[in-house]
Amino acid sequence: MTTFLQQLVNGLSLGSIYALIALGYTMVYGVLRLINFAHGDVYMVGAYVGYYLSRKLQGREPSFVSALLVMLGAMVACAILGLIIERLAYRPVRRASRLTLLITAIGVSLFIENVAQLDVRRYLPDWIFGPDPKFFPSLAPHYEFVVSGVHLTSEQLTVIGVSFLLMILLRFFIMKTKTGKAMRALSFNLDAAKLMGISTDWIIAVTFALGSALAAAGGVLIGMQIPKIDPLMGIIYGLKAFVAAVLGGIGNVPGAVLGGMLIGTSEVMVVGYLSSTYRDAIAFGILILVLLLRPQGILGRVQKEKV
Amino acid sequence: MRGFLLSVGLVAVLYTLNAAFTGGLGPALAISPYFLQVICLAGINVILAVSLNLINGFTGQFSIGHAGFMAIGAYASAFVTVTFGEKVRSALSFLPMEARNDILLVVALAVGAVLAAVAGFLVGVPSLRLRGDYLAIVTLGFGEIIRVFILNIDAVGGARGYAGIPKLANFFWIYFFAAVTILIVYRIVRSSFGRTLVAIREDEIAAEAMGVDTTRSKVISFVVSSAMAGVGGGLFGHYLMYLHTNSFTFLKSIEIIIMIVIGGLGSITGSVLGAVLYIAMTEGLREAAQYRMILFSLLLIVIMIVRPQGILGHREFASFLTRRRRLPTVPPAPIR
Repeated sequence: MTTFLQQLVNGLSLGSIYALIALGYTMVYGVLRLINFAHGDVYMVGAYVGYYLSRKLQGREPSFVSALLVMLGAMVACAILGLIIERLAYRPVRRASRLTLLITAIGVSLFIENVAQLDVRRYLPDWIFGPDPKFFPSLAPHYEFVVSGVHLTSEQLTVIGVSFLLMILLRFFIMKTKTGKAMRALSFNLDAAKLMGISTDWIIAVTFALGSALAAAGGVLIGMQIPKIDPLMGIIYGLKAFVAAVLGGIGNVPGAVLGGMLIGTSEVMVVGYLSSTYRDAIAFGILILVLLLRPQGILGRVQKEKV
Repeated sequence: MRGFLLSVGLVAVLYTLNAAFTGGLGPALAISPYFLQVICLAGINVILAVSLNLINGFTGQFSIGHAGFMAIGAYASAFVTVTFGEKVRSALSFLPMEARNDILLVVALAVGAVLAAVAGFLVGVPSLRLRGDYLAIVTLGFGEIIRVFILNIDAVGGARGYAGIPKLANFFWIYFFAAVTILIVYRIVRSSFGRTLVAIREDEIAAEAMGVDTTRSKVISFVVSSAMAGVGGGLFGHYLMYLHTNSFTFLKSIEIIIMIVIGGLGSITGSVLGAVLYIAMTEGLREAAQYRMILFSLLLIVIMIVRPQGILGHREFASFLTRRRRLPTVPPAPIR
């Protein structure tokens, strides 16, 4: 029982990171019907920006204030990156077929991954990327609690707490603000929203900035928990987060959170009770089952295809 | 009769070229082993690109799991030659050694193709009922699952890789199967079944309304495409004599996609051109290896923005020579 609870805690803290990334997928899919393949790479860039900032802050005692600064910095940087990607790559092909959009997204993803793998430290000594993995310094003070046999680290609690805080803020933003309302209108019907006087370009840009900022937060949080970061880390996390978004019902914000938690816990459970070789296969297995049994996802609604 | 003569001619030409390149017709005609290898790998890529184009370009169903089917074909056929090679050879002892090896290769490739087709069927039936962009993720997932699965089979080397595969494939066989692949895809596309595939690509709902069994057509196209990827994989293994699952990651699938996108989705000659260009650029940019993929990814984005149909784009090369223009295509539909 203790083992089970322990795995559950580990699963939830991994799952909240998946959930943070999944939110970006689901929001972009909601407004553009685009699988933003580059989203996982934005998350990777977020982790690297966090790494860079925390190195700049090195020498200071690990404290929650510096951790907060690092996270906010990474979020701002990735929001800008998201805006640039949207403006330069996706906007020109927005009206083209979905296939064109998808291939563009794959291109953007490949581009970011390969730029991040460049080894140009000879010319740019401050260049933080590179093919070899980096190790995140510890940002926040480390505590460990034992509650009835279950070990809780302060990192896990921070990850879960911060993710939930961000998700609640996002929920508030989408449901209560005018921009959030416009976002919902866009995901309902882009052309009608445009006719109602909503500046769709602006709203899409906001969506990308928000999604990317959440992914960056995920990147910094994973850096606190699993300190090793490398330029290709975005691929597998991105895919699993996408699966989480589909599992919850793509385009559905609470669904993404639920899906992320389910994927995270089931992955940790499989690794804990069966074998770690199937770590990456489990998410795809779930995806295939979902698509066969309930393609709209757990919380998604069936959308009739219209001509 | 004309087709028969053409195929005999093709085989003769390939056979002569094979002999010439390997120095069989005098050292003056021989080419360096490096160059020969590049040409052979280009041929394998032609097989992969043309077969992927059937499903991605002509049927409009975006699959990113081609490397998975290639891996199945590669491992299955290599397993056949390594395990049953001696038995087949001794059973055919009345034939000269070369003929025995050739028969062994063809049998192994056939096994690889059948297994890849079965995998294609198993993957295709559930996932082809889904809309385009989901299919991309599912095929990506299946490609990775196949790879992880093979990685855990100890009989084919597992993480050590699969060594000791006899070198049965050569220039002749690679280009023979490339020609066969092109012919099969060409015949399919020109048939009435091919027109249903294009109809599905252009508008799935309209095609369904016209009585096309869309899932069935998509699955057939997917299975054929997978089988040909299996042949490509089999040749790959029997040419390089070593297999490792790292050759079949989803980056390999992306590579093949880059080839067909550069050449033109829905154009056979475009895929051939794309595959050859890709290899030429990869080898030519070996000096700037770390910038190579950056260039390709930028190229992918720019092509999508400027000319989403690729260099040839839905047209065959010959149609540019005969000045026979196609009807103007319908502009792409808005997002929903």
